[in-house]
Amino acid sequence: MPVRIEKNKNLTTAYLSGEIDHHSCVLIRDEIDKTVNMVAPRELCLDFMHVSFMDSSGIGLVMGRYKLMHALGGRLRVSGVSRSAMKVMKLAGLDMLAKIDCKGETK
Amino acid sequence: MKALNEMKLTLESRSVNESFARVAVSAFVASLDPTVEEISDIKTAVSEAVTNCIVHGYKNTMGRIYIWVGIFENNVVKIRIRDRGCGIADIAQAMAPLFSTEPEERAGLGFAVMQSFCDKLSVRSTPGKGTTVTLIKTIESREQC
Ligand SMILES: Nc1ncnc2c1ncn2[C@@H]1O[C@H](COP(=O)(O)OP(=O)(O)OP(=O)(O)O)[C@@H](O)[C@H]1O
Ligand SMILES: [Mg+2]
Repeated sequence: MPVRIEKNKNLTTAYLSGEIDHHSCVLIRDEIDKTVNMVAPRELCLDFMHVSFMDSSGIGLVMGRYKLMHALGGRLRVSGVSRSAMKVMKLAGLDMLAKIDCKGETK
Repeated sequence: MKALNEMKLTLESRSVNESFARVAVSAFVASLDPTVEEISDIKTAVSEAVTNCIVHGYKNTMGRIYIWVGIFENNVVKIRIRDRGCGIADIAQAMAPLFSTEPEERAGLGFAVMQSFCDKLSVRSTPGKGTTVTLIKTIESREQC
């Protein structure tokens, strides 16, 4: 399973893993949306720590979850983003929509 | 100019092949000793082009995706990805950042990603006939071959 979700009313975290592309995205998206619609958390965190690859499908994933959380009156956070995934996210200006923490922030 | 080395790959437009396509191309280019970042740039750009063939070119149908990779002098890599799908009527509009014909789940940034992760991107397309995307990237190898 490319996503494991920890449900909590205050903060629900989706731990993503493996490669995020158009193929794997569909399953991840459905799984997260099912939980978020059920729990309606105040904050959703997408954890990218164990993501080894991401293309623009990942941008769609983050943007779509941002819209969903916005509609529910909650917030979105993104964490554990690798250097290469950050390159894709910055291009999309995702850092304007959500707080993004990188892998090993210290440098 | 003649390629020093080249490869061809034909794939069915199934989404499960997206990962195979980018891994195969990056493995072929690995002979140039690229950096981790260069490999990741190539994988991402190839993934964008192949995904576009599947979700747009062959939307609701199944077809073949033709990939050609050539390695030229001075570590220049050319990657051509072609489909015989629906084609693009307005290429300039399609390439504009944030433009997408599927705006609900897609960001419309595939071409922008290809553009910024490669040195050169060119798109040729004929409505009803198909689309060819060519990516060019120079690998700043640690050692010239
Ligand atoms: N191979 C193709 N065949 C037909 N149309 C295409 C093809 N590639 C791209 N397009 C058209 O160009 C538009 C822009 O493509 P681009 O990859 O930039 O964004 P996207 O695929 O819509 O979203 P994203 O790549 O961010 O998920 C697409 O929405 C589609 O209409
Ligand atoms: Mg695309």
